[in-house]
Amino acid sequence: MPEKKGKIEKQLTLPLGHAFGMSIRSLKIRFGRSIITTMSITLGIAFLMSILANSAFTTAIIERGPEVLRIPLQEGLEEMKTRQIWLVSLSLLVCVVGIINAMLMSVAERSREIGTMKCLGALDKFVVELFLLESSLQGMVGSLIGVIIGVVFTIVVFIAKYKGVIFTIFPMAALLKYSLLGMVLGTLLAVIGALYPSYVSAKLEPAEAIRREI
Amino acid sequence: MLKESIVRTIGLQKTYMLGKVPLQVLKGIDLEIHRGEYISIMGPSGSGKTTLFNMIGGLDKPTEGKVYIDEVDIAQLDAYELAWLRCRKIGYIFQTFNLIPVMTAMENITLPMIFGGLGNDEAMEKARDLLELVGLGERLHHKPFELSGGQQQRVAIARALANDPAIVLADEPTGNLDLKTGKEIIQLLKKMNREKQVSIITATHDLKMLDVSDRVIWIRDGLIERIEDRANLDIKIGEMDGEVV
Repeated sequence: MPEKKGKIEKQLTLPLGHAFGMSIRSLKIRFGRSIITTMSITLGIAFLMSILANSAFTTAIIERGPEVLRIPLQEGLEEMKTRQIWLVSLSLLVCVVGIINAMLMSVAERSREIGTMKCLGALDKFVVELFLLESSLQGMVGSLIGVIIGVVFTIVVFIAKYKGVIFTIFPMAALLKYSLLGMVLGTLLAVIGALYPSYVSAKLEPAEAIRREI
Repeated sequence: MLKESIVRTIGLQKTYMLGKVPLQVLKGIDLEIHRGEYISIMGPSGSGKTTLFNMIGGLDKPTEGKVYIDEVDIAQLDAYELAWLRCRKIGYIFQTFNLIPVMTAMENITLPMIFGGLGNDEAMEKARDLLELVGLGERLHHKPFELSGGQQQRVAIARALANDPAIVLADEPTGNLDLKTGKEIIQLLKKMNREKQVSIITATHDLKMLDVSDRVIWIRDGLIERIEDRANLDIKIGEMDGEVV
């Protein structure tokens, strides 16, 4: 039995490199399922980004743009904001719910695999770690794509509307700031969505490995 | 000469709750398995065979009575110690092979070694040797879907031996294999039993297993019906007393 007094090194480990490799491969092999989760984040974050980028451009025009464009924009700004926050929050909530669902399915499908790993000595927290890693990877990729789609879309819309003026007031700093926010938020939401399913996976017994489908 | 006991159960009982209704699956099992023995647990479905197997394998705790694995009472172990037990002391083999699909044969074998804290290079070296031992030297980098059932089971056997366990627990190891492959796997298990001095405990319906077992434990209705020594076994099918399926 492992020595209890002064355990300097843990007797059971899952090195991060290995956990990472396993997570990436699990995502690759279940590519279709991963795409659904990733796209969920992509769409939500793209929507968020289009709102934020829109706000960045509008603010830039109001602050630094030619007079003729300012007044009409300023009037609609406040009312737009509240409604948009409501819309975005709701859509992101829908995304998270979708992720929870997809991950629960993943845990259920892999119950035998999880049981087997526990028979090999995996601690509950290793399994949780694997699922959270998978989820955060999907979140990162999804939000990156979402940010790109959302920002590019908004840029195109504003160029179409205001033509060359846009480049004189291009809000680079704001866009970068919002992009970063979008990425962090997307990843965070994916991880939050994975919390309950990870809890379920931690509760699975090693005997799941032997369970026969009746 | 007094043989060391590797698994011991005293008055083992297990009751499951089906909603509010209790179902007693094991009604008092007293059992002693010695180091290096090859034991088969046989019995009809519903006899408690799988439950007993789970108890001996540290996969579940008894409702009453005691289970000692290597003289350690498993009811006293916390989750961490149980996981350690499963990692180092016991190797598992399943009817459905249960290899991790995203990992190659070699990676499947090194996984328990990684959990046990072994370094990467050492683990790969050891895995290579184990694969040679089970006759799959050239299949290092194949994934489970590229291997036949028999080959997957061989990898599973190599994996079970990864951390030099004292016990290998095999749940219906030949259940999903044809006759010829089943025989090969049984021979391989016997070889491991002899060469590595590891105790093998199988729960099985397969009468071919009787040939290689040191003792056979017959379970019926949650109790041990009888225990037979190999010397006393009449292995001609048709003259076997007691139904198996």
